[in-house]
Amino acid sequence: MNYIPQYMEIPVLIIFGALFGYFLEASGLGSPKKLNAQFVLKDWSVFKVMFTAIVVAAAGLLILGSEMLWLIDSSTFNIPTTFFWAMLIGGALLGIGLNVGGYCPGTSVVGFFSGRIDALFFIIGIIIGVLLFAILFEYIEPLYLAAQGPESQTLSELIDLPAWTIVIILFILAVAGFILGNRFEKKSNGVISSDDLEKE
Amino acid sequence: MYRDKNPGKFWSPLVAGIGLGITLLGMFIVTGHGLGAYGFCKRVAVWLSNDISSQWTQANTYLSTSLNTLHPLDIWVSWEVAGIAFGALLGSMLARRFKFKIERGSSINITSRLSLAILGGILSGLGASLARGCTSGLGLSGAANLSVAAFLFLMGFFIAGLLMAKITRKVW
Repeated sequence: MNYIPQYMEIPVLIIFGALFGYFLEASGLGSPKKLNAQFVLKDWSVFKVMFTAIVVAAAGLLILGSEMLWLIDSSTFNIPTTFFWAMLIGGALLGIGLNVGGYCPGTSVVGFFSGRIDALFFIIGIIIGVLLFAILFEYIEPLYLAAQGPESQTLSELIDLPAWTIVIILFILAVAGFILGNRFEKKSNGVISSDDLEKE
Repeated sequence: MYRDKNPGKFWSPLVAGIGLGITLLGMFIVTGHGLGAYGFCKRVAVWLSNDISSQWTQANTYLSTSLNTLHPLDIWVSWEVAGIAFGALLGSMLARRFKFKIERGSSINITSRLSLAILGGILSGLGASLARGCTSGLGLSGAANLSVAAFLFLMGFFIAGLLMAKITRKVW
């Protein structure tokens, strides 16, 4: 944290975390029913919220980090390195975990703090899962380290296109996803409202 | 005085998504970190494990690397997660959406729902440990930096989620 004095670190982290939790709750992503409606293609909120946020943040980072402005030094950001199977299978396990248990780690915190007791059980499950991973680590380690890619590789390095082009492609994909999602939502009439959740 | 008892409507995903994107951007600019949740869960696991057997934890290759910041409150992500909790609580209270409940589909009972919640949590904990991050910490925050790892992770997440939903849709 290079930009703020040390005594401000904790309040700043709490404020950004609170905004994150606030927006997730406001869009309904603290509800396991709404989250799961994405995977049966009835309610596209997960895709819409996530992809909008990705495009906005990616475009913002590019603009503010561009050589003309140089307002931020993104070289200090921790861009993860690809471990092909670990990322693919790990992502898949989170997808399956969302189907089975209703949440992912971030949304389970939102779920619990908007009153959902089932989310607390999910959080306890995550801790057990981490411990299980640690216990089994010597057997999992080959998979954990398999097929390592170049350090901190970005899409623009992978397919050799300027970052701007990638962001524009993502924007177009997001728009296409919104149009497709709206069609599915209309056809199934499946968008879950806060009233629907209240009825039970 | 008339007081609305109905829960406030959810925001449009576009508006909430823009808000979330700006929050993520601000978080990166000010703190240099993305938004996550898994890191906190790992610290709690390390802390618990160290409490049960410090010897085993130090010998464990996966957990021992996190022993330098032993207490969960010593790491930035814990404060950020505390913020998530606060924001969700405040938002749901203000919008009259806060409600104690066990959210479940109509065809499963409470015991099954809570057992599945733990099982799903375990799968999620294994997955996030393997991928070195969760949907927000790796998927969302990584994708904002156009990281290949993040998009690979998101592909796995959505494809497996869509396939698994064919089996679990009755649960919801």
